[in-house]
Amino acid sequence: MTRFIRQRKKNKVIPGFALSMGITLAMLSCIVLIPLLSVILSLSGTTFAEFLATITDKQVLVAYRVSFQCSLIAALINCFFGVLLAWILVRYRFPGRRILDGFIELPFALPTSVAGIALTTLYSDSGWIGRIFAHIGIKISYTLIGITIALIFIGIPFVVRSVQPVLEKLDRQYEEAAMILGASQSKTFFKVVFPEILPAMLTGFGLAFARGLGEYGSVVFIAGNIPYKTQITPLIIISKLEQFNYDGATSIALTMIIFSFVILFSLNILQARVNKVTKV
Amino acid sequence: MKQKLVSSLLIILGAVFIAVMLIVPLCTVLAYALRQGWETFASAIRDPYAIKALRLTLLAAVVTVALNTVFGVFSSWAISKFRFKGRQFLTTLIDIPFAISPVIAGLVFVLVFGRIGWAYSFLQAHHLKVVFAVPGIILATIFVTLPFVSRELIPLMQAQGNEEEEAAALMGAGGFKIYRKITLPHIKWGLLYGIILCTARAMGEFGAVSVVSGHLRGKTNTLPLHIEILFNEFHLTAAFAVSSILVVIAIMILILRNIVEYKGKKAGSEDVR
Repeated sequence: MTRFIRQRKKNKVIPGFALSMGITLAMLSCIVLIPLLSVILSLSGTTFAEFLATITDKQVLVAYRVSFQCSLIAALINCFFGVLLAWILVRYRFPGRRILDGFIELPFALPTSVAGIALTTLYSDSGWIGRIFAHIGIKISYTLIGITIALIFIGIPFVVRSVQPVLEKLDRQYEEAAMILGASQSKTFFKVVFPEILPAMLTGFGLAFARGLGEYGSVVFIAGNIPYKTQITPLIIISKLEQFNYDGATSIALTMIIFSFVILFSLNILQARVNKVTKV
Repeated sequence: MKQKLVSSLLIILGAVFIAVMLIVPLCTVLAYALRQGWETFASAIRDPYAIKALRLTLLAAVVTVALNTVFGVFSSWAISKFRFKGRQFLTTLIDIPFAISPVIAGLVFVLVFGRIGWAYSFLQAHHLKVVFAVPGIILATIFVTLPFVSRELIPLMQAQGNEEEEAAALMGAGGFKIYRKITLPHIKWGLLYGIILCTARAMGEFGAVSVVSGHLRGKTNTLPLHIEILFNEFHLTAAFAVSSILVVIAIMILILRNIVEYKGKKAGSEDVR
């Protein structure tokens, strides 16, 4: 009871609760919650059988697989390079480090459509990099490799910026102790440093993966939109909308929303578990 | 000796990755924009449709950033300065736009305000247009960038604690005075950082805007959409010329971001002292 009263009092000391809460809830409801609920509302005319038929259509299933596969591979590659970049930015001093650090956020700052057309041109058969690969018979633009490259581009900052602050705060005496005790450099990294940065890496992985699943602007150009081959899920939604097939578009959107929530939720659980293990 | 070798190898690997993945695409834009000479470049930029698209992009960005800053300031105040039931849940709700595909963000506004939407008859009666018009573009942009400012502020303000604000309130300061004199000096760099990120995303948003805009040239075309049209019509040079405007803006945003981050870190370490 006393705690309750103290808490009430504490709440009352600082002014502005009603105002700030009111503005927060009003904007959140108008911009995010009510429009999102419309997804379910507008599906009320669709029977479950129709819904199921739409979301398990062969073309749609292929699109899920393309989105999932490319985002997963891109996020894994970004985990590797993200940790590597965070490591060299925090631990080593070399000329150009500040510039390298500054460039990491470029994918956030550059509009996705600009990134999309630049990557498509660069990796097409006549582009600077695409030409080299065309010689050895590998096509990149308009294939799954192209989609993966666009998603790597988009996802770079997520892992680097999640891991970097953790590395900066990490106490180096444990590493020094491991080295003095005779552990090799790589063993020290994998046994001492890696467990510490693992939760942050998972956060970065989850953000990059979720962003990859939903990404449209940078992928749409390089994907080439070939049905049953390089169509990604957001693209299917757009093409259904262009045919005024609102129910179809909404059904697939709902599936995507559920899917991305499941991923974020399971990553949260995984992270909590990793945290527990490393803390003990 | 071996340590030196490993560190140089890692640095080279990281630098090559950034060069190939980020810097080469940037150079591609500039090289293709200028490959048919300065004249073609200038005429593509001076094209009236491009200028109209730039204006719309700037308008959408300004409105979005203003509203999202208000949202960020008030929501971070509510979440970090008070304890209430469902606080964690509210924080999660604010993050929803990050978890959702921009295409779906556009779709939801079509479902509310479009021809099949439940608000359509009301809009018709008052001769308002949201979808395939400017308000829709702005709404979709706000949706996508809603969490940026509040996500920067909440952890900063939580780390700061409430003591100073409580003291000021007990001495009789009003809410806005407390915010201006006590809270703001601590979080100003974080606030600026969030605004910069929000601006960058708002100017570049493509998927959400593409769904609600209807691609009416000169009316509801933002710069990223204009680039898409030019590219799909095989006007490569023009597409890259217009893109180079956005590249220049992106680089300015990056430089600003780095300055703000540096100042913020400096201010942070002075706070500790």
